[in-house]
Amino acid sequence: MFEKNAGNLQKKVNNRVWLNKGMRTLFLGATLVGLIVLALLFYRVLTQGLGYLSLDFITSLPSPSFEDAGIWAGLIGSIWLMVIVAVVSIIIGVATSLYLEEYAPKNKIADIIRINIQNLAGVPSIVYGLLGLTFFVYMFSIGYRLLAGGLTMALLILPIIVVASQEALRSVPNEVKEASYGMGATKWQTIARVTLPAALPGILTGTIIALSRAIGETAPLIIVGAAAAIYTLPDSLLSKYTAMPIQIYNWTARPQDEWQYVAGAGIIVLLAILLIMNSIAVLVRNKFQKRF
Amino acid sequence: MSKLQEKRKSSESGSNIKVSPARQQEMNKGPMKSVFEVENLNLWYGSNQALYEISMQIPQNQVTAIIGPSGCGKSTYLKALNRMVEMVPSVKTSGTIKYNDQNIYKDKLTVEYLRTKVGMVFQKPNPFPKSVYDNVAYGPRVHGIKKRAILDQIVEKSLKDAAIWDELKDRLNENAYSLSGGQQQRVCIARALAVEPDVILMDEPTSALDPISTLKVEELVQELKKKYSIVIVTHNMQQAARISDNTAFFLNGELIEYADTNKLFQNPDDKRTEDYITGRFG
Repeated sequence: MFEKNAGNLQKKVNNRVWLNKGMRTLFLGATLVGLIVLALLFYRVLTQGLGYLSLDFITSLPSPSFEDAGIWAGLIGSIWLMVIVAVVSIIIGVATSLYLEEYAPKNKIADIIRINIQNLAGVPSIVYGLLGLTFFVYMFSIGYRLLAGGLTMALLILPIIVVASQEALRSVPNEVKEASYGMGATKWQTIARVTLPAALPGILTGTIIALSRAIGETAPLIIVGAAAAIYTLPDSLLSKYTAMPIQIYNWTARPQDEWQYVAGAGIIVLLAILLIMNSIAVLVRNKFQKRF
Repeated sequence: MSKLQEKRKSSESGSNIKVSPARQQEMNKGPMKSVFEVENLNLWYGSNQALYEISMQIPQNQVTAIIGPSGCGKSTYLKALNRMVEMVPSVKTSGTIKYNDQNIYKDKLTVEYLRTKVGMVFQKPNPFPKSVYDNVAYGPRVHGIKKRAILDQIVEKSLKDAAIWDELKDRLNENAYSLSGGQQQRVCIARALAVEPDVILMDEPTSALDPISTLKVEELVQELKKKYSIVIVTHNMQQAARISDNTAFFLNGELIEYADTNKLFQNPDDKRTEDYITGRFG
């Protein structure tokens, strides 16, 4: 023992035990800050919006009078957007991550590309909005249409999907890839039959979380011209459109008090959809977790 | 016998001399026929040299054991033979490795072809998270076999050759992960056999197994050498002595001694070999 005297030793141990308790309280406090804010948010949104929320609200188009206003156009617009975003960003994102992880030579240039993609994930969304405005709206002359919004959002979450897919691919044990190469399989055969199936749950989880970020984004959509109020549903990639967050933003900006309740109801719908998407991500992850 | 081997045979025996099939078979079994000829092989991981001037012939239809202390380069050498060592991106090599007289680094011989003919069994059992059947059928499917009946045949034959058919014939649809370690390793051997290789490289195949499973794999190796040439890396000297025909002793990236197993263990030429096999170091 370091300390011969039993009393001194007890004192020293007590100090450490107290410090441990102190830290525990500190960390608990930090956790509670987040939880309390979240609870307040829920409380505010629910008390304001719940009274207005009804099936009618969900299935009604926007209207100049708040009694008739609904989120249907925003909901359908958001779903259209998500379909475009998912198709474009999954195809390009997964292909990019496969190249970077499996094919690209491990050298300085590849490292620089990898680091830059991680940095892109942190670029503010409004910058992507400006990018989308320059390229899709003007340069490719798409105009303020659904396709331009979808492509912009796809760019926005592309880095997140690439990074998540890279991590999922990296978590596939080398041993099973070696087993495949050891039988004369090509790289592509190994990817298609071993690596990708094993990485798929991770890729899906990352993708769904990225999509749930995109569905709540407002700033880039304002820039690439989602309509503040439309009275028809989009019926093609080149329709005018709106999205839930735009619709909500627009409602909150109106002067009459009643519109705040409409906005509250809209937020509830948006949150519910976010929650559903995240639950799917968790389910997918749990279902496939114990494969290796 | 492959066309290449035939070519090699005819060039060796001269075009005018006719060799009877029986004699030819005899010659194939003879100790002089080698599947691998390695000359002056050097290998670097980045700037660390792992192998120095290795020259070594690996005979056909025999078991060649590679022994040596940890870090002596024995696994690296084994993985150089089917170019698996290139999974580490910084690897550089010099010298030649000839598989059946073909230089394995020349472009004409693709790495996929080489690994089809030179199969591998790894240190840790590494089945795919698929059924036993799909594990064994993986190789044939990769090589384009789709018909269920043919796959059925290959799976059965491979599992029989790996001496695990009787244990698993009713469990073919079970996930290979649910098997014991020893069974998994024999499924991995069956999986390697299903591609119909010439040579099987085994990298400490029993190091993760219990003694009974180890015994089964060792018996299997004895059986397999009738059809295949086997190179086995082991840090278990008793195992090398039990199952191999030839043994190579590696130390610090150099081939110290390579001889008939009985000779190497009973009467080694090199003092370092003697020290190692008598347990003075390693």
